[in-house]
Amino acid sequence: MFDLFSFIPRAIMQGIPLLFGCTGETISEKAGSLNLGIPGVMYVGGICGVIGAFLYEQSAGGNVHAAPAILIPLLACLIGSLLMGLLFSVLTITLRVNQNVVGLAMTTFGVGVGNFFGGSLIKLTGSDVPSIALSATSAYFSKTLPFSHSTGLFGKHFLSYGFLAYVAVIIAIITAYILKRTRTGLQLRAVGENPATADAAGINITKYKYLATCIGCMIAGLGGLYYVMDYASGVWSNDAFGDRGWLAIALVIFTLWRPNIAIFASFLFGGLYILYLFIPTGTDLAVKELYKMLPYLVTIIVLILTGMRNKRENQPPESLGLPYFREDR
Amino acid sequence: MSKASKSSKEPLIHITKRKTMAWQKAWLIRIASIVAALIVCAIVTTSATGLDPFSVFSKILEGAFGSERKIWILGKETAVLLCISVAMAPAFRMKFWNLGGEGQVLIGAWMTAACMIYLGDKVPTPILILISLIGATAIGAVWAGIPAFFKARWNTNETLFTLMMNYVAIQLVAYYIIIWESPKGSGKVGIINQATNAGWLPSIGSYQYLLNILVVAAVTVLMYIYLQYSKHGYEIAVVGESQSTARYVGIKVDRVIIRTLLLSGGICGLCGFLMVAGTDHTITTTLAGGRGFLGVLVAWLAQFNPLAMVLVSLLLCVLSRGAGEISTAFGLNQSFGDILTGIILFFIIGSEFFINYRINFRGSTKAVKDAKNAGKEGGLH
Repeated sequence: MFDLFSFIPRAIMQGIPLLFGCTGETISEKAGSLNLGIPGVMYVGGICGVIGAFLYEQSAGGNVHAAPAILIPLLACLIGSLLMGLLFSVLTITLRVNQNVVGLAMTTFGVGVGNFFGGSLIKLTGSDVPSIALSATSAYFSKTLPFSHSTGLFGKHFLSYGFLAYVAVIIAIITAYILKRTRTGLQLRAVGENPATADAAGINITKYKYLATCIGCMIAGLGGLYYVMDYASGVWSNDAFGDRGWLAIALVIFTLWRPNIAIFASFLFGGLYILYLFIPTGTDLAVKELYKMLPYLVTIIVLILTGMRNKRENQPPESLGLPYFREDR
Repeated sequence: MSKASKSSKEPLIHITKRKTMAWQKAWLIRIASIVAALIVCAIVTTSATGLDPFSVFSKILEGAFGSERKIWILGKETAVLLCISVAMAPAFRMKFWNLGGEGQVLIGAWMTAACMIYLGDKVPTPILILISLIGATAIGAVWAGIPAFFKARWNTNETLFTLMMNYVAIQLVAYYIIIWESPKGSGKVGIINQATNAGWLPSIGSYQYLLNILVVAAVTVLMYIYLQYSKHGYEIAVVGESQSTARYVGIKVDRVIIRTLLLSGGICGLCGFLMVAGTDHTITTTLAGGRGFLGVLVAWLAQFNPLAMVLVSLLLCVLSRGAGEISTAFGLNQSFGDILTGIILFFIIGSEFFINYRINFRGSTKAVKDAKNAGKEGGLH
C-alpha cells in the first residue's frame, strides 16, 4: 500500500538539497548569470563539508563538541562554494566568457573534485579508517527539533528534520522577500533584465553580478552539505548526489524564478524523485527504473507549457546568459 | 550611444574590444594558456602524489602513449570525443545549446544493442549492421529533434530540454539493462553475442579500433565541408548570427533548427552505434561518461575548426589517460582526470578573453590613440 505518512517526510528530505540549489540559482539568474555549474558547486560544497568534518573528527579523537562539529563543516562548505562562485564570476563577468561553457566546465571540475577527494581523502591524509563515515558530526546535523517524537504526526512532518532543512526554507522566504520587496532586489532584477539601463541608472553592475553569483553558489553549496551530513548520515559515496544539481536548475524554471514557490515545488520534486520506492511493483525491479524518469518528464512538460503560455511575467530575465560589456551599447 | 563623460579620475584598467587578431598571435595565446594550465596541473598532481613535476608529465605521456595498446585506446577514446564534438558543431554554430549529447549517444547505443540482441540470430551480420546503423542514427536524430521541434515552434528552452532528455535516455537504458542482464542478477548486460559475433563491426586486419577511427575521421571531414561550403551550412551560420536576419532573407528558421538538430543527434546516435557495435559490444548507463558535455566544450573551444577539434580532443584524452595512469599508480580515485580536465578547460576558456579584448592601462598612449580614433569614427557616422 502507498504509505503517505512515511512518504511525505522523505519527500521533504529529498527536496531540501533541491531547494538550496534552486534558491541559489534563482538569485544568480535574477542578476543575469545562468550558472550551469550548480551541480559542480553542490558537489564541491558537499565534499568541502566532508573534508572539514573529517579533519575535525580525526583531530578531536573521541570527544566531538556540538559547536565546532557544526561550524567547521559549514564554514568549509561555504568557503568551497564561494571559491567556485568566484571562479564562475571571474570568468564570466570579468573575462566575459560564455556562461554555458564555463558552467559545463565547472560541473565537470566540481564533480571530479567531489569524487576525487571522496575516494582519496583517506589515502591523502594517511589515516587508518576504512571509509568516510562521519557519524559523530553528522549526528549534530541531523538532530531533530525537540518534541518531534512526542507530538505524533505533526512532529513527524514538521519537526523531524535537521536544522539545515529549516535554514533552506528560511533562506528561500528571505530571498523571495528581498527580490520582490526591497530596493536591493529591484536593482538586482534590473541588472538581470537590462544591464545597460541599470548601468545608466548608476547601479554597479559588476558588484551586483559578483555578489549574486557568489551568494547563489554559497547557498547551493549548502545543498550538498545537507545531503551528505544529514540525509546520507555523513557517509560520502561517489556519484551518490547524482543529478540533483541539474534538477535544481530545472526547478528554477518550474518555479518561474520565485523562491517562495520553490519551497513546495522542491518537495514535490523530492517526492517524484523517490516515488519509485513507494509504488508497489512486486518483483519487477525494471519498472522502478522507469518511475525514476518522472521528475525529468515533469520538467519537460513544464518547460513546454511555460514556453507555450508565454506570459510576460513568467519569462526568464531578459539578459539571462549574456555578458555585459559597457562599450557594446 | 553617446560617449561616456570624462570623469576626473581615469580608471586604472580600461578594456576595449579587439576587432581581429592575427591567427598566429591568437594561437600563441592559446598555447601559452595550455602551458600555464599544464603547470598548474603539475603542481596539483605533485601536491596530491608527491611526484616531482617533471615525472608527472613523463607519467602522463607514459599513460597515453606507453605501449601500442595504449596508443590504440587513446585513438579510440579520441575518436569518440571527436565524434561527439563534430555532432555538436552544427547545432552550436546555430547557437542552439545541445546539452543532450549524452542521451543521444546513449539512445543510439541502446538501439544498436536492441538490434543485436533481438535480431542477432535472425538476420545475417551485414544486414544486421545496416539495420542497427540506421536505427541508431534515426533514434539519435529523434532524440535531438524533439527539443528542436519545441524550440522552433514555441521557443522552449533547449538547454534544459536537451539536458532532461539525457536522463530519460539513461533511465530507459537502465530499464532495459535489467531486462537484458546476463547472467541474471549481475546488473550488467555482458558482452552481447559473444559466441556468434553477430552484429559486431568487422575489424580491419588485426586493428580492432581502426574502423571507428576512420569513420569518425570521414564524418569530421564531411562535417567541415557541410558547414563551410554547403547552402545548409550557410543557413546555419545566418540563423546563428541573427534569427531576424535569417527570416528577412527568406530562410525558414524553424526548418533549419529542426534539420540541424536531426543531423546533430543523428551523428551522436552514430557514435553510440560505433561504440556498441564497434568496440564495447555491451551497454551501460555510463557509456557516454560525461563526454556529451565535454563535446560541447571541445566544439566551442575549437570554434568549428576541425583541426583544432582533433587537437583539443586529443589533448583532453591524453590528459585523462595520463591522469588515469597516475591515479592507478598512487591508489587515487579515477576522477583525478576530471580535475585536470577542468583546470585545462578553465585556462583555455579564460584565454579567449585576451583574444577578444585588449586591456589598456591608465596613461598608455595606445589607449588614448584608440579612444581618439573611436571618437573620430563616431563623428563620421
